[in-house]
Amino acid sequence: MALRVKALESLLVEKGIVDPAALDALIDTYEHKIGPRNGARVVARAWTDPAFKQRLLTNATAAIAELGFSGAQGEHMVALANTPKVHNLVVCTLCSCYPWSVLGLPPVWYKSAPYRSRAVIDPRGVLREFGLELAEDVEVRVWDSTAEVRYLVLPECPAGTEMLTEDELAALVTRDSMVGVAKVASPAEGARA
Amino acid sequence: MNSVHDLGGMHGMGPIEYEKNEPVFHSPWEAHSFALNMAVRAGRKWNIDAGRHEIELIAAPEYLRMSYYEKWVARLESLLVKTGLVTKTEIETGKPAPGSPKAAPFITADKVPAMLRTGALASRDVAVEQRFQVGQRVRARNINPEGHTRLPRYARGKIGIVDRHHGVYVFPDTNAHFRGENPQNLYSVRFAARELWGDEASPRDSVYLDMWDDYLEPV
Repeated sequence: MALRVKALESLLVEKGIVDPAALDALIDTYEHKIGPRNGARVVARAWTDPAFKQRLLTNATAAIAELGFSGAQGEHMVALANTPKVHNLVVCTLCSCYPWSVLGLPPVWYKSAPYRSRAVIDPRGVLREFGLELAEDVEVRVWDSTAEVRYLVLPECPAGTEMLTEDELAALVTRDSMVGVAKVASPAEGARA
Repeated sequence: MNSVHDLGGMHGMGPIEYEKNEPVFHSPWEAHSFALNMAVRAGRKWNIDAGRHEIELIAAPEYLRMSYYEKWVARLESLLVKTGLVTKTEIETGKPAPGSPKAAPFITADKVPAMLRTGALASRDVAVEQRFQVGQRVRARNINPEGHTRLPRYARGKIGIVDRHHGVYVFPDTNAHFRGENPQNLYSVRFAARELWGDEASPRDSVYLDMWDDYLEPV
């Protein structure tokens, strides 16, 4: 594959269709600038600012843009709040749609056949594979991203974090919790893990 | 099209393989195949739906065998040829045909941040009759087009409730085939897990799918 991609790239550069510096800029952006730390900042803001949380749940695209995140694969955002009784899980069964602007590019497991096939028919089994056992009285809502709307899960704020700053809270928030395959661990749990 | 990309509800795909501390790209060729796709897409010779459909056209056994970025490379090569940006011979030889003109790049490095920050809206600011209302019971149509559709097999013929109205959006089933954007209303429709999967499913659980007017009929 490495040779095939190299050949294709040199052809497109020689033909003038592609600017190699643009390729470097694209790669650098998704390796270093756009990733799950963006989403974590959105979540931490929602945990500390009830008015922002309200805006996030009403118009996620606009609320997320307040923090400077917008654009490619985040043009039409919807935020889904987890509660003690409702757990949201995001999948794209038809391809691999994912909210790039807040989470970056998706991990391999999200794009893989096992996750895409089973998240809709057996979400509780899938969550168990991720180590998350949900009580029977919790309602599971699976969101299959069949259009250009992109979904961000707003996980529950863990206990024992009342004294933490927004930055410290953001550091607790994981990519997996914003897809809905995990909860955010409390600082004590995180230290043990 | 009813191919293997439409994975929802299938068994037998194996366990989920989770990689701790996964890198964004696993090798330079993955990074470059991603960037090449994005840089050529900036030329708007094809739309996002056509790009998705091209991946669905990969033969089913190959689709399951290939990695994500292998599919991106195959998609890029085939769309470059279909749109006439390069020839098959040029792909095979890796060299521009003798005497072929030199193009200007679709995007230069300085324009990359703005392109990503802006993205591309799929919503359209046009008035289209809204055929369904929030709270209404609807049935997903039983359609089996040979072309592109975003109506998964597992939902076809099933009854759900309109949960929210997203607005008016480009319709992928026509757009993917360059037959027009055909913008129409898009809804999030809630299907009870038991409606989709039978009585073994949890009575509390549900699956939400985004669906256009043309996917739905009143119950």
